[in-house]
Amino acid sequence: MVSIRPGPVTIGGVALDNHLLLAAGILGTTGSSLARILSLGAGGVVTKSIGPLPKDGHAGPCVVVLENGVLNAMGLPNPSNAFVDEIAPLAKKPVIVSIFGGNPDEFALVASWFEGKVAGFELNLSCPHADGYGSAIGTDPSIVEACTRAVSRSGIPTWVKLTPNVTDITAIGKAAERGGAGAIVAINTVKAMRISTAMGCPVLGNRYGGLSGSAVFSIAVRCVYELYEECKIPIIGCGGVSTADNVIEMMMAGACAVEIGSAAYNDIKVFEIIKADLYSKDGITPEEIIGCAHGRSAV
Amino acid sequence: MGDQLSEPVSILRVKKETPLIRTFVFDRSFAFSPGQFVMVWIPGVDEIPMALSSEKTITVQKAGDATNALFTFGAGDKLGIRGPFGNGFTKGDKILAIAGGVGAAPLLPLAREDCVMTLLLGARTEEELLFVDQLDECTDVMIATDDGSLGMHGYVTDLMDDLNLGAYDRISVCGPEVMMRAVLTRVEEKGIAHKTEFSVHRYMKCGVGICGSCCIDPSGLRVCRDGPVFSGEMLLKSEFGHYMRDASGRKKNI
Ligand SMILES: Cc1cc2nc3c(=O)[nH]c(=O)nc-3n(C[C@H](O)[C@H](O)[C@H](O)COP(=O)(O)OP(=O)(O)OC[C@H]3O[C@@H](n4cnc5c(N)ncnc54)[C@H](O)[C@@H]3O)c2cc1C
Ligand SMILES: Cc1cc2nc3c(=O)[nH]c(=O)nc-3n(C[C@H](O)[C@H](O)[C@H](O)COP(=O)(O)O)c2cc1C
Ligand code: FES
Repeated sequence: MVSIRPGPVTIGGVALDNHLLLAAGILGTTGSSLARILSLGAGGVVTKSIGPLPKDGHAGPCVVVLENGVLNAMGLPNPSNAFVDEIAPLAKKPVIVSIFGGNPDEFALVASWFEGKVAGFELNLSCPHADGYGSAIGTDPSIVEACTRAVSRSGIPTWVKLTPNVTDITAIGKAAERGGAGAIVAINTVKAMRISTAMGCPVLGNRYGGLSGSAVFSIAVRCVYELYEECKIPIIGCGGVSTADNVIEMMMAGACAVEIGSAAYNDIKVFEIIKADLYSKDGITPEEIIGCAHGRSAV
Repeated sequence: MGDQLSEPVSILRVKKETPLIRTFVFDRSFAFSPGQFVMVWIPGVDEIPMALSSEKTITVQKAGDATNALFTFGAGDKLGIRGPFGNGFTKGDKILAIAGGVGAAPLLPLAREDCVMTLLLGARTEEELLFVDQLDECTDVMIATDDGSLGMHGYVTDLMDDLNLGAYDRISVCGPEVMMRAVLTRVEEKGIAHKTEFSVHRYMKCGVGICGSCCIDPSGLRVCRDGPVFSGEMLLKSEFGHYMRDASGRKKNI
């Protein structure tokens, strides 16, 4: 495996300490938890998705850990504008606030609470299990474009997180680009379900949920590869990344950084562990490998 | 490791412990260490954290929607169990255990391991005291009730004043947070916070350390994975006893 040279990076307008970010919704509900993950080596952190009103989330069970993945239907629980105080101690740190809303105005409203207080925004247009939010609207290119514009207009770096639960993810990526996105994040969870054979009913309180972790890595790599072919803005790879080799693979597909979520289940020190394998002083620059798999084929 | 879907259990019987507390006996056992908890799936309702009060029981206090629904369950009904999760109490040779209300649930299995020299048991009234007989069989129990209907008239913390706390190598505490904070203040004054452990309750959704709903300030530690049992020293300068967060993540005062 190649190793890459360490050092700060700027992705989609946001300065990061390294190429590894915490993905939205994993250990991102409180300021002190986000601070802990930064101290454990993340180059930046994306918060829990914050919406226009506080939400308790779906009734449990909300999470089931599977052999090689995680199935969740949290239902976007969030403290809404109380989150402004929550992350105030993290001002100047590489904190990206994930936002959700049901329309462009709601996105703009939530973003306005954090203006001047955070490094950037990530728009959750991709959660597969929340009625009226996330992928319910994130599968329509015109809505994605409008929501992106409503936030990017602020001048604050705005990333757009895409759902893989569409026929053509590049159509959504291009819509985000038109709306002024600084980067695209791919992917959110893959819509999924399990049924308890003993109970004869779905295992999640919300019945449907989203699959993450190693099980979705191949899907995420494919999505990043497709987006790299069609979009010009930077792509951040997310989905099943758990090793330094996975990071390199994402980069070869076209990602210039990655987000890591479910792998924190195995070990909360995942960022330090991957960094130790990924970086070395005599390594290459990431530019040498980002997208290098394009135009090459196995035969 | 395989898929960690909930294990189905059937309820064998339900025992009334106090007017508001019942023990649910399962048809199968879970290897655990006292202080660990399970996520209990009440089908059609919710999934909530509960300490194991033995390898095949949970002991539940009626608190709201999910526990009310659970109280309608009887012999033959099914529940789903994930876990056990969390760390449990550190073992010792000469433990002082302090229990308030349903907090006796995780301390009974500790007492049954024969390492608890003395157990202070508190509740509002005599009829709300949990596990008096079971605890009497395995340790030296001292009782306090708020209304004086049994034992000392007052709080469990008052019972501490009659003890030589230096005689114990550990102090293990579980109960309402106000009571636990009072114990913490008392042991801090005596300079023995490092010998104490508290079982902390926070809103839990995943139970496995990824969702972030149970994290405590300022350390960001996860109660479900790094706890639920924490040392008194760690809790001294924390949110413990001051505030917690609700299902949405908003702070609420204790
Ligand atoms: C590690 C741990 C071990 C526990 N062990 C026991 C036990 O052995 N016996 C017992 O009776 N109770 C125990 N509890 C508390 C128990 O989980 C709550 O009483 C129960 O979840 C209440 O649910 P409800 O829907 O009936 O009440 P609600 O009306 O929803 O809430 C009542 C209160 O219970 C708490 N609560 C609600 N849902 C949760 C949740 N998902 N996670 C944590 N707290 C919640 C909240 O503080 C709330 O204010 C434990 C909690 C934790 C975290
Ligand atoms: C418990 C849990 C909660 C999540 N919450 C959010 C969220 O609030 N907003 C969001 O955009 N994505 C959320 N996600 C999706 C992740 O950010 C990420 O896209 C997905 O898990 C794939 O990455 P991973 O395999 O590294 O976990 C959540 C995932 C999990 C497992
Ligand atoms: S309950 Fe999810 S991290 Fe503790």
